[in-house]
Amino acid sequence: MAKYLVKRVALALVSLFLVCFITFFTMNAIPGGPFNGEKAKSAAVMQVLNERYGLDKPVGEQFFNYLKNILHGDFGVSLKTGRDIATTIGESFKVSAKIGLLAILVALIFGIILGAIAALNRNKWPDRVIIFFVTLFTAMPSFVMASFLLLIFCIQLEWVPVWSTNNPNYVLPVLALSLSPMAYITRLTKTSMLDVLGQDYIRTARAKGVAHWKVIFVHALRNSLIPVITYVGPLTASILTGSLVIEKIFTIGGLGSKFVDSITNRDYTMIMGTTIFLAFIMILMNLVSDILYKIVDPRIKLD
Amino acid sequence: MAKNFDIPTPKKRLLSLQMDPKKFEPATDAEKRQQDVMAESTTFFRDGMRRLMQNPLAVMSMVILLLVILMMIFAPLFVPYGYEEMITVNGVRDPAAANLAPFHYSALEQQYMDQGGKIFPHIMGTDELSRDYFIRVVYGTRVSFLVGVFASLMVLIIGVLYGAISGYAGGRVDLWMMRIVDIIYSLPDLLIIILLAVVFKESLDFSQIPIFANLGTNMVSMFIVFGLLYWVGMARLVRGQILTIKENEYVLAAKSIGASAKRIIQKHIIPNIISVIIIMTAQEIPAAIFTESYLSFIGLGVALPMPSLGSLANAARSGMQSYPWKLVFPSVMIILIVLAFNLIGDALRDAFDPKLRK
Repeated sequence: MAKYLVKRVALALVSLFLVCFITFFTMNAIPGGPFNGEKAKSAAVMQVLNERYGLDKPVGEQFFNYLKNILHGDFGVSLKTGRDIATTIGESFKVSAKIGLLAILVALIFGIILGAIAALNRNKWPDRVIIFFVTLFTAMPSFVMASFLLLIFCIQLEWVPVWSTNNPNYVLPVLALSLSPMAYITRLTKTSMLDVLGQDYIRTARAKGVAHWKVIFVHALRNSLIPVITYVGPLTASILTGSLVIEKIFTIGGLGSKFVDSITNRDYTMIMGTTIFLAFIMILMNLVSDILYKIVDPRIKLD
Repeated sequence: MAKNFDIPTPKKRLLSLQMDPKKFEPATDAEKRQQDVMAESTTFFRDGMRRLMQNPLAVMSMVILLLVILMMIFAPLFVPYGYEEMITVNGVRDPAAANLAPFHYSALEQQYMDQGGKIFPHIMGTDELSRDYFIRVVYGTRVSFLVGVFASLMVLIIGVLYGAISGYAGGRVDLWMMRIVDIIYSLPDLLIIILLAVVFKESLDFSQIPIFANLGTNMVSMFIVFGLLYWVGMARLVRGQILTIKENEYVLAAKSIGASAKRIIQKHIIPNIISVIIIMTAQEIPAAIFTESYLSFIGLGVALPMPSLGSLANAARSGMQSYPWKLVFPSVMIILIVLAFNLIGDALRDAFDPKLRK
């Protein structure tokens, strides 16, 4: 176990370093510095700006300094607004995290329930209805889902008010984020539950007279959740990347829309900071779900 | 044993079969017919195709895809509008023909038609720059479709080569090659894609190279990005398959009678992994279409004025309240294509994966 942990953590650290590396050097490869804005600036002004942001040093040294600063929790300042990036990320992430966590919960809870229902009613109408929607939702990109929800429930039916900062309504953004991962989890739970229901220990439990619901909840469902654990990492990644477009569509001022804005504005330090921050969460969640998987399922060899 | 029978068994030598012919009777004709081979002999491929054709969802998806492909190829031939061309009536530009609903005509067009002129109907209306929306959706479909197919072809080539080398070489080479795959696999791919798309958009210039000039820098960078990151899943799959196949007895048998490496690869390994590779490729196409439309949606996709389904949907957002159909058409197109590919991928897996047969 210790060996696996060390190996897995090392891999995560390498990926994180690589993300920093790729981010930094790709941003540097862009022609035209961040100060080549609408107005032409004199050479003296450019020099002062470059010195102030440390852009006059060799690239290697800049990278080293940047890494050092990140370890201290300092992502630098935004080149466009001059604000501290760590603070901006912290503030906007609060909004995104709330929506994201809700979406993860909704996706997990409903995905597992629907998957179990589909498995227990195999080839009957509940299964068919659930699988129909699962197939449809997995074919819908997040932005199509969000636009359609907005179009139907906000504009046509006017059931849900449009998002505003003073009166946030989480229903549509959370739905838009969670429906496709939920569809995937439903599929995953259904397959693994069908697999588990065919196992010998389920027959044994039934044979020794365990109550029907107890077989389902204690013996079958618990064991069929193991594959779902591995999906928690990709789930986080999908929710985070989905939030980029969904925050844009619902005009939520979260981290996602900040990231997309910084891409359009060529705000390099902000792009770097956000990428590294998002990548950190994704890699961390992957690590956690991989380790949990190994702990939960003793059949998996640790190596 | 012999005691149970009425007829005493004749004494035989110790090592004989001890068989008594009297216990047997000739088979009747009906019994003989049971041995006849009723079904036609079949190959793996033909059997798989038969299973595929029996799946109504798969057949429906193939019909839909075929229709979409036919539309992509032939619609630009008979629709008299260009994807970046403002509608002109009788040689006069018609700015009033903006944002028309499907099958509606502007005042100028109506007037022209009353005079006996012919106007091709705007099947999906027009956009805000009075361009025919149907032809834009058709070109958008072309772009999304081509990106999906080419990206998955790239994944196929790189992934299969890498995985095959790694799996066949084994040992230390395999260890290091797979470590690289592990690292790429653990990178958050969409973030890296966004990052690289930003950079390539700014720093690459393909306008000198003839084929790439038409595609636009964004499209080329998208292929580069796909080629850099998306092949790892395929490589893992192929390597795993080869490792398992290599351990099989029939490979050992082939080796022991002196088959060359070339023959083992051609006759034993490739036929056994080909179905898995085809299934994976079919599932890769919708993933690539997803990514392309996602990038286009956040403004990192194909270059303007070339439309893609993602960028059309993005542009339609601003007028969503008044012109919802502009959002609906490209979105439904994406859903149709992805749904069809998904269903075909699933059906292929069911039909061609021998492990699923019981």
